[in-house]
Amino acid sequence: MTFRTPSRIFLSGLALLMILSVLSIGIGVSDLGIWGTFSDPDARQILWEVRVPRTLAALLAGAGLAVSGQAMQILVRNRFIEPMSAGAGQSAALGVLLVTLLVPSAAIWVKMVGASLAALTGSLVLMAILRPMPPTQPLLPALVALVYGGVISAVVSFIAFQGDLAQFLGSWLTGEFSGVLRGRYELLWIAGGASVLMYLIADRLTLLSLGEDAARALGVNVGLITATAVAGLSVVTAMIVVSVGSIPFVGLVVPNLTARLTGDNLRRALPLTALCGALMVLGADILSRLIRFPYEIPVATTVAVIGAVLFLVLINRDPRSRGAAGVNPAASADRKGGSHV
Amino acid sequence: MIRISGLSHSIAGTPILRDIDLTIPRGGITALIGPNGAGKSTLLSLIARLQKIQTGTITVGDLTIGTASDQDLARTLAVMAQSSHVQARLRLSELVSFGRYPWNRGRPGPQDHARVEQALERFGLIPLRDRFLDEISGGQRQRAFAAMAYVQDTPYLLLDEPLNNLDIAAARDLMSLVRDMADTDGRTVVIVLHDINYATAFADHLVVMKDGAIAAQGRPDQTVSEALLEQVFGTRARVEILQDRPVVLV
Ligand SMILES: Nc1ncnc2c1ncn2[C@@H]1O[C@H](COP(=O)(O)OP(=O)(O)O)[C@@H](O)[C@H]1O
Ligand SMILES: [Mg+2]
Repeated sequence: MTFRTPSRIFLSGLALLMILSVLSIGIGVSDLGIWGTFSDPDARQILWEVRVPRTLAALLAGAGLAVSGQAMQILVRNRFIEPMSAGAGQSAALGVLLVTLLVPSAAIWVKMVGASLAALTGSLVLMAILRPMPPTQPLLPALVALVYGGVISAVVSFIAFQGDLAQFLGSWLTGEFSGVLRGRYELLWIAGGASVLMYLIADRLTLLSLGEDAARALGVNVGLITATAVAGLSVVTAMIVVSVGSIPFVGLVVPNLTARLTGDNLRRALPLTALCGALMVLGADILSRLIRFPYEIPVATTVAVIGAVLFLVLINRDPRSRGAAGVNPAASADRKGGSHV
Repeated sequence: MIRISGLSHSIAGTPILRDIDLTIPRGGITALIGPNGAGKSTLLSLIARLQKIQTGTITVGDLTIGTASDQDLARTLAVMAQSSHVQARLRLSELVSFGRYPWNRGRPGPQDHARVEQALERFGLIPLRDRFLDEISGGQRQRAFAAMAYVQDTPYLLLDEPLNNLDIAAARDLMSLVRDMADTDGRTVVIVLHDINYATAFADHLVVMKDGAIAAQGRPDQTVSEALLEQVFGTRARVEILQDRPVVLV
């Protein structure tokens, strides 16, 4: 709740982020050279038209994915759910697809609005489905969310094949940054703005994580905060899907990592979450460009591999983290010892 | 003073509370007792505006539940819920400081920090302040939530079975802190207790509920009797008077 000086972890992360950003700007098929960018107009053009936008896109997408993952986990009271794989991402793709089919000449902002509204609907439906499920059994909602995302994804595939838009699947369902150019990533600034919005309600989101009753008892307008958070994370998800495609795992792994590092007081945790998300996606994008240089792997693939490994390390490293991830020992003790005479 | 009149509540057609009229006096500790399912938690959550009132009215001090603003109520009434399945990894000091939220809306000033320090001290939580909630015992957790309700600095305090899972030492400690809040700070405490002996030992006023209605109320020594136990709880237990107060022999 208090403002503190940034922790050592945060500062080291920031330093690493700068190094990666410089690397990211430096890596590409054409060798820019440090000095070339000052004298050579072609090099300068590549820098501003391609490399900087691509780097910014990775940073914005990564931060947004991680922050919206953390918000979603509070809303559904479950640490294993993140918007990109739990319906919001697939719904956003469905929204874009429907707009493309119905109004082929639609401007990008129409697609953007369609994707946002679809993501919002997808998230709200998921929340309604998960609401009656008890928080003490975290795996069931997580599975339901995965299946839910899978079903929407199947609908997207079906419609895409029917509408002869199969190439759509490749570009929108697999996130990659190779298409990012100046003028084609700016929607991600909206995702950045929505992430900042979630930081502004960080305290109230933390109170919400104590339970709706506890939050209401402290004077939080639970409906308003829930609505703001779900709108925010839907917009973030939609902007990412529309501009670079779906990127899984970041929203799942990063909030669990920051919970380990600083805990869940979002005023403190969200900046670190955003930073780690940006680091993860930017790092993955650099790897994607280097592994088969000069060819690229989609960043979604690299992120999925890194994310899966990180997640396994995270839940196996410390036995208590399994408790934090849901199977709370104190909570189960509560149920056992209901009565005492 | 908390005034409840004509309060009825039902969930899915099943009546949970039936036409309750009750006045809880200002100051002191009022204990709510009664068998499981009697409606104690429901009554408490209606007073705390955590559920919508269906029929009847509740006023807390001069605030009417349902019309008073959330902020006013949050500054008048603190609640400690029956069980808190908090999965958030919060440090104990962070949790307690969130009790100040109604006063600072997330921007704590020096006096908020001072209040939190004092609460940590009073509840014996200083050595645990930087622990996460999943790194402390059940008793320490309960004390932390009680401290959080305490720093909310409200004239009214509602506690729903705060002694759950506590051993005798922790339970007595917590009850003396509650007693102290009533005596020293002059707060009005309404507390749901499972154990009648704790109720008679620490409460000034007893309200006994059964099947969604008030079965009896009054001073503990005038209320608890073998007849009451049989009528309300359906159990025959002996009640002895020890040092001027009734003690249930289990
Ligand atoms: N959400 C709910 N849905 C259905 N029944 C409920 C719900 N909450 C409470 N009840 C019922 O209301 C009655 C009173 O519950 P409660 O107020 O928790 O009792 P107490 O706290 O005295 O044990 C019980 O019979 C319980 O089963
Ligand atoms: Mg109860």
